[in-house]
Amino acid sequence: MNDDDLRLDGNAAAGLLTEVFAVEMTTALGTCAHCGATNALGTVQVYVHAPGTVLRCPACTNVLMTIVRSHEHLHVDLSGVRRVEIAG
Amino acid sequence: MSSATGATEAPGPRGAATWRSAELVERRGETPNASTLTFDVSGWPGHHAGQHLDVRLTAEDGYQAQRSYSIASAPEDGRVALTVERFEEGEVSPYLVDEMQPGDVLELRGPIGGWFVWHIADGGPLLLVAGGSGVVPLRAMLRHRHANASHVPARLLVSARRAEDLLYSAELAELAEADDGFELLATLTREAPAGWTGFTRRIDREMLEEVAWSPRELARTFVCGPTAFVEAAADALVGLGHDPALIKTERFGPTGGSET
Repeated sequence: MNDDDLRLDGNAAAGLLTEVFAVEMTTALGTCAHCGATNALGTVQVYVHAPGTVLRCPACTNVLMTIVRSHEHLHVDLSGVRRVEIAG
Repeated sequence: MSSATGATEAPGPRGAATWRSAELVERRGETPNASTLTFDVSGWPGHHAGQHLDVRLTAEDGYQAQRSYSIASAPEDGRVALTVERFEEGEVSPYLVDEMQPGDVLELRGPIGGWFVWHIADGGPLLLVAGGSGVVPLRAMLRHRHANASHVPARLLVSARRAEDLLYSAELAELAEADDGFELLATLTREAPAGWTGFTRRIDREMLEEVAWSPRELARTFVCGPTAFVEAAADALVGLGHDPALIKTERFGPTGGSET
């Protein structure tokens, strides 16, 4: 198994994202704070085998979000996302 | 336990984060390595074809394991079905595939995801490409299409190692014989039985060129399977001139889902 086998997509984080945002997020558009690429979160790269879940930009691989669960808390780092647009 | 059959409200995201109790109604062997499990889910809000859900098992000592699985049933089927493939060293799949008994209960939450979804109203043609158990959410789409007597042209290209590993082979063959615009194509990558008339190699550009409609047809395309499979198939389709915006992909990992 190599790293490529561990790379999933935003669908794999959909349940966790629903926990954080309380709305369906795979169709939400996220804009990368590093390169400015905008993609549906269902299409971004996701790694679930790190401690926590890591979402990366499919254009430049910048870390968009990390979500780490510890005990009863979710720690969410959104510093890699400049903007999120959610269908209303 | 109440049944979710007959739920009419639209599947919304609000309840999707709620863990619900699900009672196994039936477990059926699909292949030597996979079973389809049908559940009665308390308060299930309904789902769209292509969505998935999270399953959570809790051991007596409180240890929890969580996995994501695509929903195998169509919205019209009423009950929620999952098809699970056994990973020998897995914590969850051997229990689901071989041991769970009708009446046993687990927790699940969903439906999850709105990206990898197809509705009748989205139209077609519909190109579906599956590697291994990646066929599960695509089967839900085909059942949705059939339940609505849709004639949207649809093609499924499914890749498996051996004929015995092809999920839903009898059901899909029956759908293809209905002569309503659905065509089934398969490739066996490791071993093909005598008289096999399908492909016998990994999915490649030439195969996709033969199977897919012209890019001008603007087929709604769904590709699901292991990461390397999905990326090879999607790259080949883009290379053939298909619009990347019409190609939706879903990758699954070696454990069949995320761990917590």
